[in-house]
Amino acid sequence: MTTPRGSLRPRPSTLLKRKKTRIDDLGGRSLTADALVRLRRNPVAIVGAVIIGLFVLISIFAPLIAPHDAGAVFPELQRTLRPDSIPGSMPGFPLGSDQNGRDFFSRLILASRQTLIVGVLATLIGLVFGVVIGALAGAFGGWVDTVLMRVTDVLLSIPSLLLAISIAALAARPSQTTVIIAVALVNVPIFARLLRGAMLAQRDSDHVLAATSLGVKRSAIVVRHMLPNALGPVIVQATLTLATSILDAAALSFLGLGDGDPARAEWGLMLANAQAYLDVRPALAFYPAVAIILVALGFTLLGEAMREAIDPKGRR
Amino acid sequence: MLRFIVRRLIQVVPTLLLLSVLLFAWLRSLPGGPAAALLGDKATPEKIAELNTVLGLDQPIPLQYLRFLGRAITGDFGNSLITGERVTTEIARALPATIELSIAALLIAVLLGIPLGYVAARYRGRPLDTATVIGTLVGVAVPVFFLGYLLKQWFAVDLGWFPPSGRQAVDIDATHVTGFAVLDGLITREFDASWDALIHLVLPAIALATIPLAVIVRITRASVLDVMGSDFVRTANSKGLAPSTVRERHVLRNALLPVSTTIGLQTGLLLAGAVLTEKVFVWGGLGTLLAQAIERRDYPRLQAVVLLGALVYVLVNLLVDLSYAIIDPRVRVR
Repeated sequence: MTTPRGSLRPRPSTLLKRKKTRIDDLGGRSLTADALVRLRRNPVAIVGAVIIGLFVLISIFAPLIAPHDAGAVFPELQRTLRPDSIPGSMPGFPLGSDQNGRDFFSRLILASRQTLIVGVLATLIGLVFGVVIGALAGAFGGWVDTVLMRVTDVLLSIPSLLLAISIAALAARPSQTTVIIAVALVNVPIFARLLRGAMLAQRDSDHVLAATSLGVKRSAIVVRHMLPNALGPVIVQATLTLATSILDAAALSFLGLGDGDPARAEWGLMLANAQAYLDVRPALAFYPAVAIILVALGFTLLGEAMREAIDPKGRR
Repeated sequence: MLRFIVRRLIQVVPTLLLLSVLLFAWLRSLPGGPAAALLGDKATPEKIAELNTVLGLDQPIPLQYLRFLGRAITGDFGNSLITGERVTTEIARALPATIELSIAALLIAVLLGIPLGYVAARYRGRPLDTATVIGTLVGVAVPVFFLGYLLKQWFAVDLGWFPPSGRQAVDIDATHVTGFAVLDGLITREFDASWDALIHLVLPAIALATIPLAVIVRITRASVLDVMGSDFVRTANSKGLAPSTVRERHVLRNALLPVSTTIGLQTGLLLAGAVLTEKVFVWGGLGTLLAQAIERRDYPRLQAVVLLGALVYVLVNLLVDLSYAIIDPRVRVR
């Protein structure tokens, strides 16, 4: 076992310093470095990372790739719409029209942005609040811990989609913001629980005892010694949460609680709206569905590979 | 053992109380206040003021909360804005449909998931294992409602093997006893009704089962691998026990402990998934009630269904914990 980073840092004396270089000379690797090495060797992680990389690239350059606006309705496409047929590919419109005479290809590309925004923001907000709550509970213990964890438990006792639904339904008019808030709130208790557990494990560990006995301030112990070592599982969970957030947002769209702005394209909403045209033109549902599945899969693959990589059991 | 049960039961009380506080806060934050939400489209300032007095919303908040708690305990969640019926009556009528669907899905997930997870673990690293693991990852990534539509389109519309929606054919003359369509047919010996209900159940149950199935397969696989690497299995092997005895008595029995917890946790997923699945297959259970409530912003109904979901989840997990204590003596001591 290597000591976690930063554990010997507070009073830099020459003695401690020399000891540290000696350990480094022995070629020991920190947990993080070790995990990264194992991650790079894992094909599952690479596949996941490639999918996510492509997805992020597409969403960044979406306005350059997409030939048209997401909300633009084209009369020449609208004219070809029939109740029993929606035209496929034609010049200028690579994937043809959607059910409203808009360019399907552009919408598909531009939607990656909305999906990325919703997924990342919902995860990030959930992460930040969850980490703060979990860190407070884990650092203080006692009644702070009891109160915070009781509330967390109650939130966890409501099935996540039902919780998201009840929050999203509070908005008089659903929008992208309400979707993000609803999904983010569902994520808060998950992160809080996770971080608290990791912090508790840290609190009784030797390096925290060492820091305490060296007279390091409590706040410094929490922020510099406990938090960094407890973050591993949280990062893994965040990667997995990105997948579930995107799926939850799609489910909210399907239930009519999604972004109501027709000018914006979002895969969940496109999929939900295309269900009625499954007979006429299945591609309208298929492409957004495949996109959602791929992105969710990418985050899940990477997350699972990371979970395996940071598991000390896997260290050989 | 008894002390464990009592302690675990007492632990549920603060959870439920906090849940009621959250629910109360949720009601207070309804757009335009609870009265406006209750009245829906018919809301005028006078009517809102009138209803506020009737509901006691002009009284101090703590008092309001106590009254709300009193009503909640007696099961009074008001009337649905859509039908005007008491919400609890509506739910009682819809509940058997959802329970039937959930049980069918859980059966599929457990009966398929445990063997599949076990086999994958036994042949770890072989193509079968890899395929299973990939399958579980993809299974979790597919939106439930999309899978529902796919199944419906392929097996009901294109192939015509199964009915596309509903719980029972309209022209079937079925007597209703319990509300569980399959069971009713068996009780009244109307086997054609039972069969009809059963084939209606197939597609929605498969759609609903995918995510719990994937989760159960993965937990079983991980758990079996864990137990296979443990010391007592090595001991059992080295003292010359037959491999089949080791597998059945040592590995499988111990590996199933975490799986039983997971099955309890699946109830939450099932309830949430039922909302989506029922909408696709027009199932007429709780999910359909909820979907309507969302569309029309029927808050009393929404509130009652979500609360019921939370209650079921809490109770099922309580049962799982208790059963865990029966299976594993170590839990009782803690």
